[in-house]
Amino acid sequence: MTTFLGINLFALFGQLLVGLINGSFYALLSLGLAIIFGLLKIINFAQGAMYMLGAFFAWMALSYFGMNYWVALIVVPLVVGFLGILMERFLVRPIAHEDHLYSLLLTFGVALMLQGVFTHVYGSSGLAYAIPEALQGGTKLPFMYLPNYRAWIIVASIVVCGATWWLVEKTRLGAYLRAGTENPQLMQAFGINVPLIVTLTFGFGVALAGFAGVMAAPVYSVSPEMGSNLLIVVFAIVVIGGMGSIGGAILTGLAMGVIEGLTKYLYPEASTTVIFLVMVIVLLLKPAGLFGKEA
Amino acid sequence: MKVSKLTLILLVAALVAPFVVYPVLLAKILCFALFAAAFNLLLGYVGLLSFGHAAFLGTGGYITGWLMMNAGITPELAILLGTGAAGLLGAVYGKLAVKREGIYFAMVTLALAQLIFFVYLQAPFTGGEDGMQGIPRGELFGFIDLSDNLNMYYFVLAIFLFGYWLIHRTIHSPFGQVLKAIRENEPRAVSLGYNVSDYKWVAFMISAALAGLAGSTKSLVFQLTSLTDAHWHMSGEVVLMTLVGGVGTVFGPLVGAGTIVTMQNYLSGGELGNYVHIIMGAIFVICVLAFRGGLVGEFQKLLKRNAG
Repeated sequence: MTTFLGINLFALFGQLLVGLINGSFYALLSLGLAIIFGLLKIINFAQGAMYMLGAFFAWMALSYFGMNYWVALIVVPLVVGFLGILMERFLVRPIAHEDHLYSLLLTFGVALMLQGVFTHVYGSSGLAYAIPEALQGGTKLPFMYLPNYRAWIIVASIVVCGATWWLVEKTRLGAYLRAGTENPQLMQAFGINVPLIVTLTFGFGVALAGFAGVMAAPVYSVSPEMGSNLLIVVFAIVVIGGMGSIGGAILTGLAMGVIEGLTKYLYPEASTTVIFLVMVIVLLLKPAGLFGKEA
Repeated sequence: MKVSKLTLILLVAALVAPFVVYPVLLAKILCFALFAAAFNLLLGYVGLLSFGHAAFLGTGGYITGWLMMNAGITPELAILLGTGAAGLLGAVYGKLAVKREGIYFAMVTLALAQLIFFVYLQAPFTGGEDGMQGIPRGELFGFIDLSDNLNMYYFVLAIFLFGYWLIHRTIHSPFGQVLKAIRENEPRAVSLGYNVSDYKWVAFMISAALAGLAGSTKSLVFQLTSLTDAHWHMSGEVVLMTLVGGVGTVFGPLVGAGTIVTMQNYLSGGELGNYVHIIMGAIFVICVLAFRGGLVGEFQKLLKRNAG
């Protein structure tokens, strides 16, 4: 029962699962980028480095302080988010009135520094982080073996993405945020502390990357390069989806992960390039992106 | 073309320099200066930040390197073809990238460059992780031996001057005026009836071809092309060189390339070698926060203040 019409279902579902997991990380990172972009109109090039920080902090917390995975999953995103807040307050804000390309370069510089520091201290070979005890093992499904931790990644990231979507689109706080996106001056005139909202939003967007980093620690090796490689793919995903909507960022992230997984099964040589090729096609057919509004 | 006193002094300095400083280091600086100048043509004069220029540097290097090793042609032909290949890639990438603006343009170029990076990583002709090593320099026009470092340097200097001249001509042509108009106020340029995307596209092609020229030349100087040349770090480095030197200035890319290459050269020898990326990141942050004009830009501001 492992083949159907000549298709090796075991391998196909295996790759689809890997694709969904990659897609979960794509979704979390592009969601963070989209939230920050929505309010500040800047792209945080350090988002990948923050994801890397999340993974390293989880590893350090376990190795040096014996902090277990579940505590790290709460504490590390808070710490990373706090670093993001410091970054917004002291580096990004002073140049907020300049061309937004400068903030891209600034955050790129921050990313280089962080990556350089961790390469210097821990080398570039990568560290291992054990899967938490409660999630070891797996479940045998008809067509495949589903490791528990991998199922957890997919569920947790969908829950976090969904909660963020709900927060932004359905709550009063989210309404402030969206209003700030539309017209910050008017918001300020209504007595809302817009700079505070901007800072907190930046922190939240970065914290999402930190959360993704903790989740990634047990499945990918924890290395200084892990963030930058992922981020470039996420940039392509952002171009594909457009940054018009929160939901769009989440859906595009997951979908691209699945497409990548399918490609790994059908034509493995193209698996590293397929998302970039999709970007090319989208640029040709719908330059504003699938969910984008602006030209 | 009016030649200023400053240009003349620099020219004489460039001719004498190889007798004082190691010619290969000078040639390296000139290659990167040309690379940065090509990048600056886009950022400084059209306002487009490309984060994928390593793609063109790498393409020039790989094509020229492969031709020198396998085709048995003279170096000037190999460089010409390498440059052409980079220009061709630039034509395709440019057409796609100019569909988006600002930050999106940067992301599109970065992603497209990563696409070609993976192609070079997997393609058999590039040598994958090892890169192309031992590329022969050959004999220029069939009779000037380039394995002599001094000959090589003067050849690189000639290419560099040609590239700078071409950029100078482009900026000061009617075409260049339109580019600046697009940078200053794109909607106005559109309303005046200019096909803005086509202007951007042609500028992108010229920039890509010149970046390829730099890569082609560099592959002969070092007799080596590797994935480093096509890696996104390289795209970031050229941004940094231009930023440090001064975006939108004529001599900025030269000063920036000289500064960064000398710094890397100095650091890689000492115990600070591990800190290169940290230092480069720090320079990025400091430049953006405090010296957005770069060395040349800030210097010009100082001169103006004293004069006025």
